[in-house]
Amino acid sequence: MGYKLLLKIDIQPHDPCIQSQVVAKSRAVNARRPKRILIGKVGLDGHDRGAKFIVRALRNAGYEVIYTGIRKTPEQIVRTAIDEDVEAIGLSLLSGAHKELFARVAELLKEEGAENIVLFAGGTIPDQDIPYLRSLGFNWVFTPGAALSEILSALEEALTNSQSAGSAVTT
Amino acid sequence: MDSLLEERFERWKSETLAKSVAKMPEQAERTVTVSGRPVDTVYLPGYTQDRLACERYLDQLGFPGEYPFTRGVQPTMYRSRLWTMRQYAGFATAEKTNERYRFLLESGQTGLSVAFDLPTQIGYDSDHPLAAGEVGKVGVAIDTLADMEILFDSIPLDKVSTSMTINAPAAVLLAMYIAVGAKQGVPADKLTGTIQNDVLKEYIARGTYIFPPAPSLRLITNIFGYAAEHLPLFNIISVSGYHIREAGSTAAQEVGFTLADGVAYVEAARNAGLDVDRFAPRVAFFFGAMTDVLEEVAKFRAARRLWARIMKERFGAKDPRSCMLRFHTQTCGATLTAQQIDNNVVRVTLQALSAVLGGTQSLHTCSRDEALALPAEEAVQIALRTQQIIAHESGVAHTVDPLAGSYFVEKLTDEIEAEAEAYIKKIDEMGGMVPAIEQRYPQGEIEQSAYRYQQEIERGERVIVGVNRYTADEQSRPEIVTISEETTQRQIDRLNTVRAQRDATAVGRALDALETGARGDDNLMPLILSAVEAYASVGEICDRLRKVFGEYED
Repeated sequence: MGYKLLLKIDIQPHDPCIQSQVVAKSRAVNARRPKRILIGKVGLDGHDRGAKFIVRALRNAGYEVIYTGIRKTPEQIVRTAIDEDVEAIGLSLLSGAHKELFARVAELLKEEGAENIVLFAGGTIPDQDIPYLRSLGFNWVFTPGAALSEILSALEEALTNSQSAGSAVTT
Repeated sequence: MDSLLEERFERWKSETLAKSVAKMPEQAERTVTVSGRPVDTVYLPGYTQDRLACERYLDQLGFPGEYPFTRGVQPTMYRSRLWTMRQYAGFATAEKTNERYRFLLESGQTGLSVAFDLPTQIGYDSDHPLAAGEVGKVGVAIDTLADMEILFDSIPLDKVSTSMTINAPAAVLLAMYIAVGAKQGVPADKLTGTIQNDVLKEYIARGTYIFPPAPSLRLITNIFGYAAEHLPLFNIISVSGYHIREAGSTAAQEVGFTLADGVAYVEAARNAGLDVDRFAPRVAFFFGAMTDVLEEVAKFRAARRLWARIMKERFGAKDPRSCMLRFHTQTCGATLTAQQIDNNVVRVTLQALSAVLGGTQSLHTCSRDEALALPAEEAVQIALRTQQIIAHESGVAHTVDPLAGSYFVEKLTDEIEAEAEAYIKKIDEMGGMVPAIEQRYPQGEIEQSAYRYQQEIERGERVIVGVNRYTADEQSRPEIVTISEETTQRQIDRLNTVRAQRDATAVGRALDALETGARGDDNLMPLILSAVEAYASVGEICDRLRKVFGEYED
């Protein structure tokens, strides 16, 4: 039956759907070592359907993904990000506490001298709050209905840019 | 000669139906079609002379208000009394939420449903560091009895039933509700309503757990035991599939995991020495409604039949009310789109229709703007009007279980029941729901389904209007509700005032007694009630319990 067939496709490590365009490209970019991304649930919000989907989709796209699980403090998120040496942090929040909590994450990263980590976010975040989140360094904010292809290409671009910016500094 | 079916139907009419109608007469409004054609309470198959078919009908479907309740838990369903229209609401402070409640009651809503903010749901006071940014956001902040008094100000608790979405600290908020009732002069045995009190699905899908499973189950059965004596009209638990569905499960998984949770609660209560028929009639359920109307109708019917069989065959329930799966429905919020939000009114209409065709006892309809923010008052009113139009204009409330006998719906009902039963069996084999959760079995199954569903959307195999097809450029976004920054400060100020004014010795004594009780085996409800009456806060009470019970880590 169709049901079983789909299940089989799902548990294959590389999903043929996402692989199509974006992934083929990001594979080439990631040829040496997969880029490491942390997906975090900050605050008390337990809605993790979106976060878990992104975790799986990013893994299938060739990234190494660390998922924090729900109900983490900004301190825990930043600690894990630094310990795991990630290149990007994606925060998911649906409770409306994004302004306070994302600001705290950005502040802690600055204190740790880790501003070079790429920040992105997703959740029920009103348009009017996006400029503020951008000012904190969250240059990509994905709201309900955002397509996975859009998220993957934004992330790939961001990580490529941050890599070249990083190497410019070290050379 | 009368057939078996006709004979049983006559008996149902003279016994079950007659008794019910004497107590709650059918409403003339709902006994004729719009063209003036009379409508019967219930319709039966035409194969009355085929004895085998009749036997199968009686076994699988039966009559409404009778075991196995496939066709509904009441003999006349909505012909006598419509479902309770109950909009989930709560935001910012108790004052603001009290205003919204009064607006809803004036608009014709028939029951209240309290949304608490996350700190309250996880047992933190508004001034706790972990509450930062979350106070009053997804619901109303309640710290002490003082907040609860304001929340229900001028709302007579003997007239309105209240559902409270509260789980890990359910005993505390229930105690506050009892205390507010007492202050209004309403004795506990007159209070009606529901507490969600379903912690297992918090581990599976919703996330507002505090304590590990064993002490959580103890708190839950303490409430069962206390309510059996003091709160005869209160629903002591609302075993919830809604959040399981919202996390991405299929319809059959929603039924299977929810009823498996129900089995775990009944077993825990039996192990605590409670007689099944003393508490099971007050066990309620809560499901989601997606837009796939007919599958949802089948799901509700399957859930009713399966639960009835479990209660009778597995737990030996004698009281028919113990076998009745009574449920609340909420339309599935995750189906709402941020794009072209007016389309959500149509989605919600279809979802609400499925709940009514499936025989729900109460219903929350989501507002069109919920993919963006908290619902605005106008959007909430449209959502409530949607229910009223279904109730009074659509005609679907005129006869019981109108889709019975549809080849498709009956087949789906059988299939969902069988699939859900297989899940329960599998969980039994794992040693029950608690070990299954520890092995992440239900979580993994749900994640698999959620991933598949989302992939279908990404591939365009599943069409979501306005999102992956029929998209449009939207120039303006609607006005949305936001919670002001001052909310937190106002709430903390009130908490500090209460702390300064209360009798600190009495609070300390009540909390010490609770801690001692928690270390022993006593029912904790009376101890929690004493602490609440002394104006101990939700956080203070939960902290004492944390000290004894520890905390759950996912």
